[in-house]
Amino acid sequence: MTTSISRRTFLKGGLAAAGAIAASSLPLPAAVKGETGQELATLIDIRKCIGCEACVEACKEANAAKFPEPEKPFPKMYPSRVKVSDWSDKREVMDRLTPYNWVFIQEARVTVNGKEETYTFPRRCMHCQNPPCADLCPWGAARKLKNGITRIDADICLGGAKCEKVCPWHIPQRQTGVGLYLDILPGLAGNGVMYKCDRCYNRLEAGKLPACIEVCPENVQKIGPRAEIIKEAHAIAKEINGYIYGEKENGGTNTIYVSPVPFKDLNRAIEKGPGRPHLKPVSDAMAHADNLAKAMVIAPIAGIAAAAGKFYAASKKRGQHEEGRK
Amino acid sequence: MKTYARESAADRKWLKRFYIMLFAVMAFTGFGQMPIFKRYYIADVPGLGWSADYYKTHYIHYVGAALLLGLLAYWMVDYLLTGRREFRLTGSAYVRIALLAGIVITGIFRVLKNLPDVVFSPGFTMFIDIAHLGFMMVYLMAALIFLIFRSGWTQGIDD
Ligand code: SF4
Ligand code: SF4
Ligand code: SF4
Repeated sequence: MTTSISRRTFLKGGLAAAGAIAASSLPLPAAVKGETGQELATLIDIRKCIGCEACVEACKEANAAKFPEPEKPFPKMYPSRVKVSDWSDKREVMDRLTPYNWVFIQEARVTVNGKEETYTFPRRCMHCQNPPCADLCPWGAARKLKNGITRIDADICLGGAKCEKVCPWHIPQRQTGVGLYLDILPGLAGNGVMYKCDRCYNRLEAGKLPACIEVCPENVQKIGPRAEIIKEAHAIAKEINGYIYGEKENGGTNTIYVSPVPFKDLNRAIEKGPGRPHLKPVSDAMAHADNLAKAMVIAPIAGIAAAAGKFYAASKKRGQHEEGRK
Repeated sequence: MKTYARESAADRKWLKRFYIMLFAVMAFTGFGQMPIFKRYYIADVPGLGWSADYYKTHYIHYVGAALLLGLLAYWMVDYLLTGRREFRLTGSAYVRIALLAGIVITGIFRVLKNLPDVVFSPGFTMFIDIAHLGFMMVYLMAALIFLIFRSGWTQGIDD
């Protein structure tokens, strides 16, 4: 642990900067820019992460302009049970997700073959392939983009935090006192805006890598077409006899972790709680919607058949009736 | 001829009650998709705790939508085959049908949006989400007005 800390401090200044320069000078293939419209995924090789937090700082810097600037005092909200979420005085917090911190480093001390080892890895939105946060957003403020990004539009979000509740990892974080709700009925509906990693959508559009990927001195993360990322993740897992997280979770995500130790063990070792997501297995949150969508195709057919059947029975009966009268 | 008309009138009454009940469930679980049931104590009403669980209300809304689609398809075909010879649709019925069509069509798009491989543009996503709610609000308002003016769906051919 001590070595990792000293490496951490050393690397934070030197290598992070060097890594940034090296990575930014590389041209991005068209597929990575998301221009091709294919779904992009990121690979996170947790063996490589040294926990330097350069990615956390880079994210804060790159996305500073998107961070909330709430107006104070906040409008009073009714009923009084509605809680204010205010992170504007705690912007420097780096050890959990907040509206001002979209990625943080999780640490797990695990015993592998009788030896204690420490793993660190970045945690943020998984960018699910069928994200319940976006599917269930009542206003369409959260939505999935064709290149695999799930993004919450800060101009539309009302801060009801439904996305946080339905997200299997409870990723989005609320800041009160900003956004559209202030212009509607601030006392009675809404409570700010939800924030989370948007996978640097604007940098990708401009042909740049997400800030956290670009800055990482250890090249922990990689971004590319999902199929390729999955292939690579499996190749690494095979090579190191390792484990994968994010490929199947919640029906599939665009964030694929590869680890030499089981995620079950990592999950036990990490600190969990608000803003600190777990690493548990997650079944597909929207599976019910897929199944019931099939019922919705069958139901009208059954309705039509019933009406036609009734018509047929009635005309037969009428036929008999008329026959009897003859 | 009379007996069939009476039989189907009884059927229709029963189905209409079912429709009203179903519609109430759809309105309730639909409004439950907004984060208001917890805030406004609805989920605190004994027996309504489930209404704050978005996945539960969503599930019920989907089951209800399937039933509603079945019922509306039944009525549509039944009207074309037999109904139109027995009664006429009132003006207010046409207004309701138009609004219902709005609810159903935007609802279908919402269901499509929730499928894993469907991605709509941000603008369209927002449009269908808000239009679905909008059509429902207007429908409820229209239904209330028609109730006050006692304007039903149908009217006998000879009325
Ligand atoms: S992912 Fe990279 S930048 Fe982030 S903490 Fe790990 S090594 Fe540092
Ligand atoms: S991890 Fe949560 S916030 Fe991110 S896309 Fe999935 S459901 Fe949405
Ligand atoms: S992809 Fe961009 S927004 Fe997401 S954690 Fe990395 S730097 Fe932050």
